[in-house]
Amino acid sequence: MTRAWSGRAAADVTLESLRADELVLDDVRIHPDTLEHQAQVAAAHANPQLAANFRRAAELTSLPDAEVLAIYEALRPRRSTRSELESIATSLDARGAVLNAELLREAAEVYERRGLLR
Amino acid sequence: MDEQRVNLDGFAVESAELGLIAYDSPHDPTPSLRIVDGRVVEMDSRAEADFDSIDEFVARHGLDLSVAPEAMGLDDTVAARMIVDLSVPRAEIIRLVAGMTPAKLAAVLTLLRPVELGLSMTKARARRTPSNQAHVTNRSDDPLLLAADAATAVAFGFREIETTVPVLGDAASNAMAVSIGAAVGSPGVLVQCSVEEALELEMGMRGLVSYAETVSLYGTEQIFVDGDDTPWSKAFLTSAYASRGIKMRVTSGGGAEALMGGAEGRSMFYLEARCVSLARAIGSQGVQNGGIDSASVAGSVPRGVRSMMAENLMVMLRNLEACTGNDALMSESDVRRTSRTHPIFIAGSDFICSGFGSIQRYDNMFGPSQWNSEDIDDFLAMQRDWGVDGGLRTAEHDHVAHLRRRAVAAVRDVYAYLGLGEFSDEWAEQAIDAAGSKDVPAADLMVPLNASRLIRDTGVTMLDVTAALDACGYEVEAERTLAMLRARVHGDYLQTAAIFTEDMEVLSLVTDPNDYAGPGTGYSPSPARQTEMDSVRQARSVDDLRAQQATARDDSFTVVGPALAGHDPREVVIGVSAATGRALWVTLSGLAVADVIAELLAGLEEEGCVGRVVRINDTVDLGWIGLSAARLSGSGIAIGLQAKGTALIHRRDLTPLANLELYSVAPTVTRALYRQLGINAARHAKGATPEPARNPYSDEAIEARYHTKVVSLVAIERQCVDSTLSSEELTLAGGER
Repeated sequence: MTRAWSGRAAADVTLESLRADELVLDDVRIHPDTLEHQAQVAAAHANPQLAANFRRAAELTSLPDAEVLAIYEALRPRRSTRSELESIATSLDARGAVLNAELLREAAEVYERRGLLR
Repeated sequence: MDEQRVNLDGFAVESAELGLIAYDSPHDPTPSLRIVDGRVVEMDSRAEADFDSIDEFVARHGLDLSVAPEAMGLDDTVAARMIVDLSVPRAEIIRLVAGMTPAKLAAVLTLLRPVELGLSMTKARARRTPSNQAHVTNRSDDPLLLAADAATAVAFGFREIETTVPVLGDAASNAMAVSIGAAVGSPGVLVQCSVEEALELEMGMRGLVSYAETVSLYGTEQIFVDGDDTPWSKAFLTSAYASRGIKMRVTSGGGAEALMGGAEGRSMFYLEARCVSLARAIGSQGVQNGGIDSASVAGSVPRGVRSMMAENLMVMLRNLEACTGNDALMSESDVRRTSRTHPIFIAGSDFICSGFGSIQRYDNMFGPSQWNSEDIDDFLAMQRDWGVDGGLRTAEHDHVAHLRRRAVAAVRDVYAYLGLGEFSDEWAEQAIDAAGSKDVPAADLMVPLNASRLIRDTGVTMLDVTAALDACGYEVEAERTLAMLRARVHGDYLQTAAIFTEDMEVLSLVTDPNDYAGPGTGYSPSPARQTEMDSVRQARSVDDLRAQQATARDDSFTVVGPALAGHDPREVVIGVSAATGRALWVTLSGLAVADVIAELLAGLEEEGCVGRVVRINDTVDLGWIGLSAARLSGSGIAIGLQAKGTALIHRRDLTPLANLELYSVAPTVTRALYRQLGINAARHAKGATPEPARNPYSDEAIEARYHTKVVSLVAIERQCVDSTLSSEELTLAGGER
């Protein structure tokens, strides 16, 4: 059974529950376990990069929308110093978002070499 | 010749320095890959220390290093042949390509000729079932018109709709209106609103759109950064979409870097090879490419159109969803733009057009598309001609009218319910009937702007829209918008090349894998889909034609009795065909047969001859009709006339297929010409000199227009022929009309 981020079963995302004012946006957000499952499917269909994306995504499910948007902004060219990127990575690490933390650290390293830091 | 529209197109002299070169710039690198201890230390002739950010991301994430030595070691020609070879399975090609660097794959695909590109495309695309995407936009961001046009696009078969804005502030309203209109049309239609990356993501998070595509990649670092992104920010963005269960693909396309003056002397195809490698590396499930906004730049250089198709193939070979361009209009010439699309259309793709402008050209806020609303009938005819599924279908007028009315009403009610804005009755009625925004003068440009501000400020989500639809009596549509939100929870449509059927079934690389391996394999339309493609609304049967003729039924044709031989030397018999006055009453030129006969009789009378009308019942052949009539004629001269309007003058001593004059192009024969025919027949009868009549010339495709009708008319004539029936004399009660 597939469950939403909130724990509600996907099958219980119905008009009746909406009418009863029971549905919130978290009831139609994907659960990290579902993304892990999709990652396995992608890997089994010859696309390990898509699988890696889904695994990074699974980590991001727990981040609020605003923080996701803020990290995206921080990764754009010449928005951040190396230490700013490092500190985001540390904060992600602390919350178990290790794949994204690694992506941030890799970006920091390459941005420094290519002059893409602030 | 200079007046031809193709001469409005720009054609560039090839210039490697400017990046105005499709393939093989002298500055393109030689393919190479060196791996030390599982790390790429050189790629495409560049050492690791010199990698730009694109090289770096591809080298770190984009290549299957376990297969790379084998793949890079393949001779280019051998690899190219494997791609085309139907006995080499798609999976094997996908495995090998995963180990090829950008320059290697570019070198291999440069070898493919157009037909080979097409065959490879049929084999390599991800999804078995082809589909198509529409642009739905308008100049006023009119929510009512957007919804009506979205519903219309869905009626015509589009499964993805892309909208955008002329005014950025209107984005949320546009996304909402198109999503509602799409839901009126069908379940499972994917909707995106193309705007700046962060805003697009925000709308996705709120459920206002169900996929994203405006995530641009470029082939040089400089242009990438000018686009305000890096491979890492784009990789993060890709994961951000997936983290909310939203489908996305990236956009690239040959010529973009040259257009922005940053091609670094590389060929368009090599730079696009970098984009596609990066798309795979960052984990995007698909790519929209094939020129896109720079299609006309790619199209301006030698082999540029070919390279755009090769770009699409490259995406497929990287095991990604291909949304194959045919998007921005790349030529003023109908011939040339058809030529650009046709090979891809025949080969089949995940989305033939990454934006068929289903609206008026002037309303397309992406700019006019390669295909636009006025081309839909052409596209449907092409599908039917080739038996190829391009994703579209005929939509009945009444069905479309119903959908438009409902879409407009739904948006109006939902906006009112959510306090987003009010629309006048006049505005609503104009939007329902409009071909485009020029037909909606009542639209108030402030409404979408205010609505968007309110949507953003008050945090309206698609759940709110769904509740509003339900509360306003649109339960069916509410179920559909909710189903799209539920699909995010399942995540199956995040997989490669996913679309929804009208039953909300996901078709993707996973659930509907392309299994083409030669004749008898791969996608074939279901019988129902085949019927849909075959049944264009313009198609006519014999029964349709019989019914149409019956509306002009004329009871003035009366049988007097058996036709006897005449003896008056001034007599000219008019022999008419068996269906005349029985089943057929109108000629191909639209004249009543009775009027034609009246003109012939008048022409005869002008020259002092007497006409007599005889129906020849035992043959459909006009030569025989004329000859049989001539044998009954006192003068030995006769006019033969088929009900469809073809006429000739015959003489009793000639062979059937010989004749004196033939008026063969029935659709163009006028009343005056029939009178002239009567006059000339009379002159033949008197032994005088007839005035030669010329068949009117026309540059129209007369045969295309009338031959199907001719087949039906002849079939009806044949049904009326009875070899046991002798000829009969007729009168036309009405006389001259």
